[in-house]
Amino acid sequence: MTNKSLDCKQLNCPMPIVKISQAMKEMSAGETLEVEATDAAFQADLTAWVKQMGHELVEFSSGPIQRAIIKKGQATKK
Amino acid sequence: MTAGGKNARTAEIDPALLEYIEQIVTAKIAERIEAGGQAEQSEEQPGKTGTSDRATLVVFSSDMDKLMASFVIATGAASMGMKVSMYFAFWGLGVLKKKSVFRNKSITEKLMTLMLPCGTNGLNVSKMNMMGMGPAFFKHVMREKKISTLPELMNVAKEMGVRMIACQMSMEVMGIKQEDLLDGLDYGGVATYLADARDSKITLFI
Repeated sequence: MTNKSLDCKQLNCPMPIVKISQAMKEMSAGETLEVEATDAAFQADLTAWVKQMGHELVEFSSGPIQRAIIKKGQATKK
Repeated sequence: MTAGGKNARTAEIDPALLEYIEQIVTAKIAERIEAGGQAEQSEEQPGKTGTSDRATLVVFSSDMDKLMASFVIATGAASMGMKVSMYFAFWGLGVLKKKSVFRNKSITEKLMTLMLPCGTNGLNVSKMNMMGMGPAFFKHVMREKKISTLPELMNVAKEMGVRMIACQMSMEVMGIKQEDLLDGLDYGGVATYLADARDSKITLFI
């Protein structure tokens, strides 16, 4: 089970990343966030974002609706 | 010994006087802290991320497509924890206008005010403008594809603490006064931009 879930379906660039970053701000390290999205660039954007911010992409499944689980990193870049 | 001596001296001073001194010192310190805090705030205001990671954008164009690209990059950078500053110069200032004010302006300023776009309406696109039909067409397509509109992106940028700075010199040229522009803007010149750009990993001219 994840700590929080976020619906980013139908949202396009840059909104999924914007929403995720806002949601992440309210979470503490080690907590997980589940995201559903339909944006075509979602996987590429999310992978880059997670790497930049020091979080971890625990799970990713593609398909018409992409599903990702992100774990908030310990030493996240503020 | 010395400590004891000091105590002895303190005891001699009138307690009322001590209290008075204490009050003044506290007030002065509070004043200093407030002033210092404000200075720090204005400096750290963008994003309050506390990192040296910055993105600085010069928004020169008033084309809807270029403005959208600017705000997509700005909101994206803010999401990545960067401090973002957007400098609006020349045609870019139009999008920051909340209304066209004609009062207390010279004839040339009034003319400029009349001709410049105001806000996010009436903007052109840089290609396929088709005598003004282009923007409507693009808006329609973007609505269909559920892409955030320019006003939405601007709101998101504001919420995320993207700093927006209006170029004073351009305002002078374009006959734009602060009362024409949106609230919550900063005002600056080339040095403000360069000081920011020098510390930025990303700087763009759009």
